[in-house]
Amino acid sequence: MSDAQTQIPVTVLTGYLGAGKTTLLNRILSENHGKRYAVIVNEFGEIGIDNELIVESDEEIYEMNNGCVCCTVRGDLIRVVEGLMRRPGRFDAIVVETTGLADPVPVAQTFFMDDDVRSKTRLDAVVALVDAKHLPLRLKDSREAEDQIAFADVVVLNKTDLVTPEELAKVEATIRAINPAAKIHRTTRAGVALSEVLDRGAFDLSRALENDPHFLKAHDDHDHDHHDHDGHDHHDHDGHHHHAHPSDIHDVTVQSVSLRGGEMDPKKFFPWIEKITQMEGPNILRLKGIIALKGDDERYVIQGVHMIIEGDHQRAWKDGEKHESRLVFIGRELDAERLKKSFDACQAA
Amino acid sequence: MPTVAPLDLEGHCVAAVFLGDVPHFALADGAVHRLDHGHKTIQANDGLLAAFHDAANDRLITGGEDGKIFSVTAGGNVQELASAGKKWITSVAAGPQGAIAYATGKTAFVRFADGKTREFAHPRSVEGLAFSPKGMRFGVARYNGATLHFPATEGKPAELEWAGAHTAITFSPDGAFLVTTMQENALHGWKLADGKHMRMTGYPGKVKSLSWSAKGKWLASSGAPAAIVWPFSGKDGPMGKAPLELGTRGNAMVTAVACHPSQDVVAVGYDDGMVMAVRFSDAKEVLLRRPGNGAITSMMWDKEERRVAFGSAAGDCGVIDITA
Repeated sequence: MSDAQTQIPVTVLTGYLGAGKTTLLNRILSENHGKRYAVIVNEFGEIGIDNELIVESDEEIYEMNNGCVCCTVRGDLIRVVEGLMRRPGRFDAIVVETTGLADPVPVAQTFFMDDDVRSKTRLDAVVALVDAKHLPLRLKDSREAEDQIAFADVVVLNKTDLVTPEELAKVEATIRAINPAAKIHRTTRAGVALSEVLDRGAFDLSRALENDPHFLKAHDDHDHDHHDHDGHDHHDHDGHHHHAHPSDIHDVTVQSVSLRGGEMDPKKFFPWIEKITQMEGPNILRLKGIIALKGDDERYVIQGVHMIIEGDHQRAWKDGEKHESRLVFIGRELDAERLKKSFDACQAA
Repeated sequence: MPTVAPLDLEGHCVAAVFLGDVPHFALADGAVHRLDHGHKTIQANDGLLAAFHDAANDRLITGGEDGKIFSVTAGGNVQELASAGKKWITSVAAGPQGAIAYATGKTAFVRFADGKTREFAHPRSVEGLAFSPKGMRFGVARYNGATLHFPATEGKPAELEWAGAHTAITFSPDGAFLVTTMQENALHGWKLADGKHMRMTGYPGKVKSLSWSAKGKWLASSGAPAAIVWPFSGKDGPMGKAPLELGTRGNAMVTAVACHPSQDVVAVGYDDGMVMAVRFSDAKEVLLRRPGNGAITSMMWDKEERRVAFGSAAGDCGVIDITA
């Protein structure tokens, strides 16, 4: 296994043209935060900063020749990261800026599927820049805009000064409906604290879910069953604590399914999650969960991208902490009812 | 007993080669070190990414982060051959009649000895480049196969298809076979006469080093706990035949291979820095260098077949004298 100490963190910036990626990138490169960044961009474009470690790279999506259509990687990133890592003393972290229309999945999967990349770097977080004014339009005309939000750990909801408070609430509710697990920051001119974007450890199993207030909050006064049978009528009723007006945007095809249960029987749970990700992998964009395993005094955390899942013990359950299991799937065409039933069946007797 | 003359450098060694009889070590920072009556250094690229030893012209062709192509010859002569802009150079190769090829993004370039340059645009990124030993022909490794160009003529390129991402490419010394390394821990080959496919799979890791044995009878490869050596002496190459597994170790992976210039022997470098020489006929092993600080990245035999230059990812390079 690779040594987390020496792995260089990688932040992926997604977002449509005009959403504020370049503004944020320029801040990352120019603000005095004591860290040096290597930046991989599709085009040098408007980055007005002279930095020898801005690398231009053609997005090159390679399907792995293993019969799995969702196993895609960014071939150019493999090459550039390998080149960068031959001279590791020059930077502390890497930022990958994707094109506006980019699918974030191959970028993320590169950091799990390629052994060389994985041994030297670790995916820190996927950050989506969203233009508050234009998101409704974007969602109407592209699947990518939705994917970028669905896949993000952090959503920077930018240009909030261009919309009314009502519009903003609606846009935020839409984002929340697509991705209940992401952390949302409302900004103008991409003015988010860089500490909220960089070094998040969103894919670090020991940290992933600690950053996630929505995910961890107790929901005892809500109904947690998710009855979202129709992706075209996706309303924000998944039981999370945000009381914005439900979205009336009917162009959302991504849904989330939040599951909650007691202690799980490991002999049932692991074969189940394996099977679900094998069968439903192409439909699952992200999954995250904290699992209480029967007879285990440690919390088990799990995360996945399509068919790739990884899990590990995170820490001991604290005294008085309720041993419960939570799992969120974000994807398309998920059969919420079946997921819930089969998840429930994994509970320890 | 073999003796090692170490050269401890700072940084990843991209290429360890002999130019003339002088060992040269090209590092990722673009500095080229040599042991020529003492340790001497010259600077080529500002950041070295790809290097190719041009045996016919006794020079090292380098391409780097600066988008430039240099030629390094014995005695520390550095000459800029070409500049392709701001993008990184992904691959370089040298061919017959002093021609070189280099690639950046989706474009491959061929520069002839007279300085004339031709551009070859591709729909996808150019990953690897190699010239055929015969005729003016070069191959491009790309997504879903390889493309063969005939740069001296206006002829249409030939496309060789095989699903998956092909990363590096090499012709057999007789020009009969073309072999690529793939993203998914495999080699793929084509018999050029009839386009017949050769699948060479079963590697636990990516293959990053290939070396043809004398007269091209065997192709040695890295990517496993042993050097995997495929037989190419038959007319159908390795098809239906098992490869040799030489220098197998339980706890280390082979990262570099270099076949002996005339005998069926391969120098095998491992991820812990160990180097062994192994004979094909009986798999007899000789330890050439004990483990060091980093994975072996590059090796080359000298013309006298007496020394092996080696470089590592950690910069602990050197020259092994097997006759001492």
